[in-house]
Amino acid sequence: MMNIPFIKFNYVGIIASGLLLAITSISLVTKGLNLGLDFTGGVSLEIKYEEKADLVKIRSSISKIENSNFVVLNFGSDNNVLIKFQSDEELQINAQTVVDQLETDNYLGEVVKSETIFPQIGEELRDQGGIAILVAMLVILVYIIFRFQIKFGYGAIAALFHDVLIILGIFSIFNLTFDLSVLAALLAVVGYSLNDSIVVSDRIRENFLNENKKGSTEVLLNESLNQVFARTIITSFTTLLVLVALLVAGGEALKNFSLALSVGVIVGSYSSIFIVVRVLLATNLSKKDMEKPKNEPEESYSLD
Amino acid sequence: MNQYKIWQIILIYSVLVFGILYALPNFYPTKPAIQIAFGDTAKLLNTNVKDELSKVLSDKEIAFNEINIEENSAKVIFDDVENQLSGRRVLADYSEGDFIIALNSEPSTPEWLNNIGGKPINLGLDLAGGIHFLLEVDTERYSTERLSSEGASFIDEFRNRNINANYTSNFDEINITFLNQNDVSKARDYLEQNNFTTSGSKFAIIQNDSNISLQYTDNYLSEIVDYAVEQNLVALRNRVNELGVSEPIVQREGKGRIVVELPGVQDSASAKKIIGKTANLEFRLEARPTDSFLRKDKFTFKNSPSRSAFLEKVIVISGDNVTNAQSSFDENGRPQVNINLDIDGGRAMQNATKDNIGRRLGVVLVEEKTKTFFDEQDNVIQETYLEKSIISNATIQAALGTSFRITGLTDSYEASELALLLRAGALAAPMKFVEEQTIGPTLGQENINKGVNSVMVGFLLVFLFMLIRYRLFGLSANVALISNLVLVTAIMSLVGATLTLPGIAGIVLTVGMAVDANVLIFARISEELKSNIDPQQAIRNGFSKAFSTIIDANITTLLVALILYAIGTGPIKGFAVTLSIGIITSVFTAIFVTRSLVNFIYGYRDIKDLKV
Repeated sequence: MMNIPFIKFNYVGIIASGLLLAITSISLVTKGLNLGLDFTGGVSLEIKYEEKADLVKIRSSISKIENSNFVVLNFGSDNNVLIKFQSDEELQINAQTVVDQLETDNYLGEVVKSETIFPQIGEELRDQGGIAILVAMLVILVYIIFRFQIKFGYGAIAALFHDVLIILGIFSIFNLTFDLSVLAALLAVVGYSLNDSIVVSDRIRENFLNENKKGSTEVLLNESLNQVFARTIITSFTTLLVLVALLVAGGEALKNFSLALSVGVIVGSYSSIFIVVRVLLATNLSKKDMEKPKNEPEESYSLD
Repeated sequence: MNQYKIWQIILIYSVLVFGILYALPNFYPTKPAIQIAFGDTAKLLNTNVKDELSKVLSDKEIAFNEINIEENSAKVIFDDVENQLSGRRVLADYSEGDFIIALNSEPSTPEWLNNIGGKPINLGLDLAGGIHFLLEVDTERYSTERLSSEGASFIDEFRNRNINANYTSNFDEINITFLNQNDVSKARDYLEQNNFTTSGSKFAIIQNDSNISLQYTDNYLSEIVDYAVEQNLVALRNRVNELGVSEPIVQREGKGRIVVELPGVQDSASAKKIIGKTANLEFRLEARPTDSFLRKDKFTFKNSPSRSAFLEKVIVISGDNVTNAQSSFDENGRPQVNINLDIDGGRAMQNATKDNIGRRLGVVLVEEKTKTFFDEQDNVIQETYLEKSIISNATIQAALGTSFRITGLTDSYEASELALLLRAGALAAPMKFVEEQTIGPTLGQENINKGVNSVMVGFLLVFLFMLIRYRLFGLSANVALISNLVLVTAIMSLVGATLTLPGIAGIVLTVGMAVDANVLIFARISEELKSNIDPQQAIRNGFSKAFSTIIDANITTLLVALILYAIGTGPIKGFAVTLSIGIITSVFTAIFVTRSLVNFIYGYRDIKDLKV
């Protein structure tokens, strides 16, 4: 059995998390997220050329369209071009306008994807995504209170906030596009991070309930962490194997998705070891909390 | 000893056999095909479609395998994708937008698998290529029209009772003005008697001197809007079916939106033209010359704008009552259009026509148009408005019911045009496009290849790792992983769920969860062994102690997946579907399949020295 003094060095993890959270929060507040078309509305067009695409030519062609604030960039490879722009409420200037203009100037490749989303839809999706995450957290909290104990619930939710905030922050700092698929990844991270927190909580509860195990809260927590540590590392590692394969070979469409998930798996494992335990220590988890596990849920329900 | 009972083993393996059977159709290769949906084509009318198409393709030296004629579409099957893609270009040029062309694939599922309901997985648009539309029903405009028509029929009823009145209306109220006080109370009596629907009162009556204001309840308004959206859904479904594209999706999303997905279709303009006709129909009696201007409207004819006619304000039936319209020829070989109405429409038509034989009945086409103009500051202003024009104004020969015909048309072209307008005009409320997405065929194929390849590579790495780290236990876990993949594929194919790119990612995540379950079990067994417990007992304890952890972890993730499914749309839903299915199957395979293999390897003998 490994014996790593997790509790003794818990403060190191907390300081690291604190710094990371501070940086990501600052970026989120000052810079915000680079929201994808799904959330802002607008038009995007992906065009594939037989040879290396001439971005200058494309830009000069479509700049003839009035009211244009186009973004033209390579996408995935030198041959692929992504054209993005916002338009008016009624989308009078749309994907077809751009295609027509390029055709007129005789520089149109194969249109591999075109997307037109009205701004109002984007706004709704944004709200919907936020609500999805909040509802997910709430349901999980209720489940954990019911199955475990409210202190574990606080721990799991704190870990979730930590993980979600860090991923959002990383997307903000590196200006990565946050679209619907990244939102899906974020929700998957909620599930994954939870999985980790529950495995850890389960072990802690088992050790606290064991009559034969003596020792202070710190000793028991440390023992529990050591017992699940190997599992946490192995699981994260295997999941990362698949995710990295997806990140490297999955193509442009899955890039940000798998990136968000990879980051989520790493911070999720980390937070289950440092954040969950920190919250349990802060709320003075003791053997006494476990004595009436069945009564606890009722107490917490009375809060409502 | 660690052994499953015979029935347990039979149960586990019959689930796996079932999985293999229904996953099997996905492994038969599909052939690239092009589907040609006739819809209302003029070009392919009265031609031998098979000969015509094969001539068009052969002229450009495009090799194809065969052409199959189906109910209202034809399918050209190719040997390779290159010919399919160049064939599409040739056919698109030939079509000039007259018919819809969809890229498609022809499964080669053998007969016996078809017979037990086996079929390959449906691919989402991001994998198959195609068009996605989101349409929004203009609910406010619909209520405005409904109330305006309702107001007109009130005035009509008042007139029958010798009450003189006039009205104005908007989307939630009707204001009626009376000439004298005496009429007001009579009208009020009538209104109070007619203020019922199935779910309570329709409006609140507010009287103010010689005015009555009817304020419609939210309940009633949302009821009529709901009805309109449902009607539109049916109409859209008919139009999309008319396109003849295979596996289209037409679904309601939220309160007033409808999603349309056309797999394989690339020509967004033609598709939009047919499904996006923001047109409606109104059947109105032609006004009598003596009718006051308050009771009639003037309309021009669609085909000859110089002609016009006065029609009554009261709408007899509207486009949503039309269930079908077909052009054909009468006994004398002259073109005609046969019209079918629903029951309500038939009744209304009967009432309106029985006393009006010899008068004319006009059909008004209501189209949504956009106009652009400049204001004083030279800002461009765009406004949508309704353009109403007469497409037919025929004499009523007899009392009409649910089924009748319009004759006296100039030629068959006019007949088929009118039939199309009548059919396609069957929208209850105007709609507009709020989202549009076209995914090219090469991108779809690329997404499949990349998705599948990366998942394969990821799996291989996991297999290797598990084998090295856990040896025989790892082997059991790997077999369980493969079983999981087979089961997910089988269930998705069987229930007709759609696989999307985020869906593939969902499968990847369940692989992670499945491996986790096995790692938890193996870690427990190894712990048990360390405290000098008999190996067989250690295996038993390992499985049972890890069980509750695995269940807790998977149930919470399943809850998340279900929430995603419930509130998410599009890609999020696709992800939630595979994640939910994957979680359930992975618990089964990671616990039971692994256990049965471990039992098979270790359960029947004495183990002296077990290492995990």
